[in-house]
Amino acid sequence: MKQAELVIIGGGPAGLCAAVSAARSGAKVLIIERNKDLGGQLLKQTHMFFGSEKQYASLRGIDIPAILISELEKYKERVEIIKEATVVGVFEDGVITVLEKEENYFKIAPKALVLATGAYEKYLSFPNNDLPGIYGAGAVQTLMNVHGVKPGNKVLMVGAGNIGLIVSYQLMQAGVKVEAILDAAPKIGGYLVHASKVRRMGVPILTSHTVKEAIGKEELEKAVISQVDEKFSPIEGSEKTLDVDVMCISVGLTPLNELLAMRGCKMKYIPQLGGLVPLRNENYETSVENLFVAGDATGVEEASAAMVEGFLAGLCAAEKIGYRLDNFEEMKNDYLKQLEELRSGPAGKHILSGIEQIVL
Amino acid sequence: MRIEEHPILNFDKKKKIKFFFNGQSVEGYEGDTIASALHAAGVKVLGKSLFLHRPRGFYCAIGNCSSCLMTVNGVANVKTCVTDLEEGMNVEIQEGKGEIV
Repeated sequence: MKQAELVIIGGGPAGLCAAVSAARSGAKVLIIERNKDLGGQLLKQTHMFFGSEKQYASLRGIDIPAILISELEKYKERVEIIKEATVVGVFEDGVITVLEKEENYFKIAPKALVLATGAYEKYLSFPNNDLPGIYGAGAVQTLMNVHGVKPGNKVLMVGAGNIGLIVSYQLMQAGVKVEAILDAAPKIGGYLVHASKVRRMGVPILTSHTVKEAIGKEELEKAVISQVDEKFSPIEGSEKTLDVDVMCISVGLTPLNELLAMRGCKMKYIPQLGGLVPLRNENYETSVENLFVAGDATGVEEASAAMVEGFLAGLCAAEKIGYRLDNFEEMKNDYLKQLEELRSGPAGKHILSGIEQIVL
Repeated sequence: MRIEEHPILNFDKKKKIKFFFNGQSVEGYEGDTIASALHAAGVKVLGKSLFLHRPRGFYCAIGNCSSCLMTVNGVANVKTCVTDLEEGMNVEIQEGKGEIV
């Protein structure tokens, strides 16, 4: 069995920041990443980030992993990275099991863990929602921005949150037509700055609308949409058929929480945070001692918050196993303050009403 | 359908990779996953559902949802959305649960 000090599961924004923070404190860090490349979903974010300089605002997401990786290189004597490896189990005795490249299966006994597994895209229920051509909005973003492939010719975007609005804009940047963006809510969920941008380019944003059904034999050919009333029930007679070969589902994300639940962390269903999340204290330590969480796995927010949570969880996890920085309190308070600032807007209020139910 | 021009990203064509889809020769590029290469070649149906045999494409493209499972070089249930394309790969639509070799 491999021994380790601090294992970080997931090398996305939260995991990378946790690694930087813990290694800076003096802990030996092992990052386990499922993909070939570190960076998680930052690798497809071509838009510039909001927030403050400390969260790399005004940089494009795609440029942030390289910065964090070069930061990690400063501590390379105590940083180990295993890529193309999936953690498949976290057990009661603290041992984790890893499957590397689908063939090498081994165990690790870490002193502490930071789980930064991220989130996945939710589905939406409607007839024929399983037709090829209907994809998660993030999936389309990967296809375009990572692989340079267009998803199709005409797109219906379902969901006018930030992801829906941003991906719509990115579809147009790739030369794909967006027929409409719709949202069941009576108001646009995402930032108005994003909404205005797509509207200026002539894309209608239809609020109080939903998908009634998808039509197609082998692939999506058409989508039937309809207006909904204040109880979100479709209004009869308001149906419209759109000629689209792609539908993007952008109705939110839900935390990837399987490993946390498997280990027996106390969990709670919090709609504001996207689903089932672990209870955790101010240091992002869960109900299981020495098991920390960060990023979307602890509640779906933006990458900026995930990065600060990563820095905080890494700092505290290192401290817990004996690597306390001289300015630990100062650093910790700074991260807490940054999180407070990031959550100070109207969207933050919603997030905070969820967070207050999970803090131990 | 490849992106030809992009205001931010640069998709200069890389090395071509030839592979087989259900026995037919198809071309992708270095940096493609199996699913992205097939999509660019116009193939959206990657499999059939287990019981009702409905067509299946990818959904998440990051290896979470298992909607893109195919048989690759005789190995069933390969997540094609996160598996790099390689020269000469034999990619097939999978019927049923696939067989363990």
